[in-house]
Amino acid sequence: MEFIKSADVVVIGGGIVGAAILRELSKYDLKSVLVEKEPDLSLGTTKANSAILHAGFDAPTGSLKAITNVRGNKLYHELEKELDLDIKWTGSLVAATTDEEMATLQELMARGKKNGVEGLQILTAEEVLEQEPNLKTVKGALWAPSAGVCWPFGACIAFAECAVQNGAEVIRDCEVTGFVKENGAIVGVQTNKGTIACKYVVNAAGVFADEIAKLAGDDSFTITARKGEYILFDKTACSSLVYGVVFPTPTKKSKGILVCTTTHGNTFIGPNANEQESKTDKSVTTPGMNEIIASARKLIPNLPMGASITQFAGLRAVSSTGDFIIGPSDVPGFFNAAGMQSPGLTAAPAVGELVAKEIARVAGASEKSDFKAELPKKKAFLRMTESEKAAKIAENNLYGRVICRCETITEGEIVDAINSPVGARTVDGVKRRTRAGMGRCQGGFCGPRVTQILARELGISVTEVLKEHADSYMFYEKNNGGEA
Amino acid sequence: MNQLYDVIIVGGGPAGLSAAYSAWQNGAKKIIVVERDRELGGILQQCIHNGFGLHHFKEELTGPGYAHRCIELIKDKPEIETMVDTMVLDVLDNKTVIAVNPQKGLIKLEGKTVILTMGCRERTRGAIRIPGARPAGVFTAGAAQRMVNMEGFLPGHKIVILGSGDIGLIMARRMSLEGCKVQACLEICPFSNGLTRNIVQCLNDFDIPLYLSHTIVAIHGEKRVTGITVAKVDEKMTPIPGTEFDIECDTVLLSVGLIPENELSNGLNLAMYPLTNGPMVDQHRETSLDGFFAAGNVVHVHDLVDFVSDEAEIAGKYAALKSQGKLSGDMRTVKVAAIDGVRTCVPQKLSLPADMSDEKIKLFMRVGAPHRKVKLQIKSGDNVLLSKPLPVAKPSEMIAVEIPAAKFNLIGDEISVGLVL
Amino acid sequence: MAVETKVMNCIMCPMGCELTVTLEDGKFASCTGNTCPRGAKYAQDEVTAPKRMLTGTIAIEGGLLPLLPVVSATVLPKGKVLECAAYLRGVTIKAPVKAGDVVVPNILGLGVDVLASRSMDLI
Repeated sequence: MEFIKSADVVVIGGGIVGAAILRELSKYDLKSVLVEKEPDLSLGTTKANSAILHAGFDAPTGSLKAITNVRGNKLYHELEKELDLDIKWTGSLVAATTDEEMATLQELMARGKKNGVEGLQILTAEEVLEQEPNLKTVKGALWAPSAGVCWPFGACIAFAECAVQNGAEVIRDCEVTGFVKENGAIVGVQTNKGTIACKYVVNAAGVFADEIAKLAGDDSFTITARKGEYILFDKTACSSLVYGVVFPTPTKKSKGILVCTTTHGNTFIGPNANEQESKTDKSVTTPGMNEIIASARKLIPNLPMGASITQFAGLRAVSSTGDFIIGPSDVPGFFNAAGMQSPGLTAAPAVGELVAKEIARVAGASEKSDFKAELPKKKAFLRMTESEKAAKIAENNLYGRVICRCETITEGEIVDAINSPVGARTVDGVKRRTRAGMGRCQGGFCGPRVTQILARELGISVTEVLKEHADSYMFYEKNNGGEA
Repeated sequence: MNQLYDVIIVGGGPAGLSAAYSAWQNGAKKIIVVERDRELGGILQQCIHNGFGLHHFKEELTGPGYAHRCIELIKDKPEIETMVDTMVLDVLDNKTVIAVNPQKGLIKLEGKTVILTMGCRERTRGAIRIPGARPAGVFTAGAAQRMVNMEGFLPGHKIVILGSGDIGLIMARRMSLEGCKVQACLEICPFSNGLTRNIVQCLNDFDIPLYLSHTIVAIHGEKRVTGITVAKVDEKMTPIPGTEFDIECDTVLLSVGLIPENELSNGLNLAMYPLTNGPMVDQHRETSLDGFFAAGNVVHVHDLVDFVSDEAEIAGKYAALKSQGKLSGDMRTVKVAAIDGVRTCVPQKLSLPADMSDEKIKLFMRVGAPHRKVKLQIKSGDNVLLSKPLPVAKPSEMIAVEIPAAKFNLIGDEISVGLVL
Repeated sequence: MAVETKVMNCIMCPMGCELTVTLEDGKFASCTGNTCPRGAKYAQDEVTAPKRMLTGTIAIEGGLLPLLPVVSATVLPKGKVLECAAYLRGVTIKAPVKAGDVVVPNILGLGVDVLASRSMDLI
């Protein structure tokens, strides 16, 4: 058997969970490699979700979801500084509009306390209005001060870049096609780029985790894709929507459609929840949009629909077991981190801890003494003071050229995002790292210019630049001469 | 200490250039035009087709040709400075303009007056909530136009155009001339939003079908666009079930409207006019904030650059006069109301000085729906200030009129601009 | 004598006047609805030998941009527009160029020059 590469651990899947696991693994004397089938990290559930760092009162006490949620929330409070993450600790409200719902809030608060969530409090209608003046139909709310919103792709890339600076490796465009076993134990991962020799595999393949597990010989669970659609509003819309995170009171079926802020002051409504067979179809539907609009109107009757700037959908990985699936499987060397639906984003660092500790234990690996926890700080140009801006342009004049007008993103930031350790390779990759194209014109002006900058920095033709997935070309050569 | 400019102009497109020239003609001695792109001229530089300039320059020009004329007018004048590749980040209400560029870094300009000429931007897929997948190959028509006409790349080969605004129609012809196949142009309204001449020479000439009262109900494709589903819409613009059909394409170009680009105006808290999405202005094109003027597509979206220049010359003139202290004294405010079929009218108010000898009152308006053989009437109370027969009035075609100076004495507290059917 | 009328929109300027053209025995006789003489000329051409302006780009080396916008000096036969556009796609010139310079003389032998729409300096 020929191997292209040899590692102790291969992590399959470059979403927030895979990246968090890779970072935790990089604390140990282990050679770890993450493989991702897409041209960039964070293209699965990490790309399209509510971006909420949940407090942890939802999940049943004692479940993996509850434990890793509360622990993960605490870890983000530490990681925020180390990794320079974009997080707003807004707290969250669960809004009740009827007496019945008010009773449910009491149940949620009791469960939250059992789960170890601190600071929970029931607010009166007046107290809610002080925070969120547009919640006029509300009778009261459960206030969870430890909740927040984050920039999920930024967190995912930061986890990966921290791991890389500690010796881990990230390989993109690398799809797992099978496993090599000896005496029933995993000894290699087959990919479209060749086979990687390894002792341990972590399956963090999101909605595809059941298929990867089956390839390895573990058919103990299945994953169903549950689509959630969102409508995102311009920053100007928050004054008529909300400033923080507002859930409706949950029903037995779902956490409901929320009205929520983002780290950069946009607001969104969504998600709905529809299970589907396809694990790739992320199309937005008219009935879906109507559903979330109707539902959000129960909390905010006058939605500023004219200020919507984009709609998108994400697929959550719902496991057949009802809980997260974390840890060793019956296949020796094969570990799962699967079924990571909500609160997977919040839980990711805690899941990383659990998995990495367990692998280090069985591998007998010790912690590195020279683990570098901190990433270099990257302050967005928009958030700099005038003197910081002037100094930055003096240091690198590309910071003096604004490429994305809506979000004031400079060429310097785009070039830095391309040339960073797990750098952007695609137009949407630049968008997730810098926000170029995330504003009200949605890349109308800057998309072509970002394409040209990518071509220049990567040394490829404009016609080779991708929007997102393989073969998602942006532009083509002109028909030179040719037929009329 | 920074030098004090008489007039600072934000945006070096046709509005900014025309305003600069007019400010110079009217005695401003220190003028600067700040432009974010690599050269002056604005969007005209990518509008390589002809049809510009007949009103303003009395000659038919291409977009770059029109831009060239505007640039020639301000070139080599020591009183006019231009700064390209420079993005204005903020405009303060004390008329300090903060900008950046790669050569000079952070720049602070101080002015006696500021003219806002930032133009407009295109509405996007997100703004109109087109359902479906989100593959590569969905562009605004203007973004595609820049790539094709200035950078030398195609957005795709098999094109569908959503929206029959002029940019969409012009791009239908351009893509055809570039050897691409334009499959269809779809318009959700029962009438086209573009100029009739463009329907003729951009669609009919190339046998491109125009589907009125139709829209896209789904975009297909995970990587690149592979096709769309189209449906007919009812009078409320809601898709009618059962009327769906598919069109194969690799590219969707959107020409679904333009929005004045008013981030800086909003930062200044200028009074805005919801129907135009632009700042409220008086006949001098002065906004609600003293010494701040605005003109061109930032005030309201025009269909003819000629009218943009006309309007910008007004702003340039009065900014220049203001900077010289010649536009002061008590003014009487007169409200301008758009009524009876006229949807919008700019200016929204008049500021009339005691001495009206130097005044010109030019109004630009749009009707709400297409009409034939109507009369445009401007009245103040029972006095008719102007009555003009219109053989055809269309929402897509802006109407420009001037109130005759002889009627100025009839202007009361309010004037109304309406159609008589 | 067969008299026929055709209704068409003038495309000579953005006004887009609605023209009513009268044909006698298939030949142009008169035109109404135009507000300027260009309209009448357009109507006559349109029913006999339709003509169009041509705009496009050609490749340019050494300028600020890779493309130079160009325009035909006058209208040319409508049926030749696509062929001319295809021809322009194969043309490359060198900067500098001045607005109005002839960049393609007598395109496809039609007797019409193609001119630079703008100036572009050598950089």
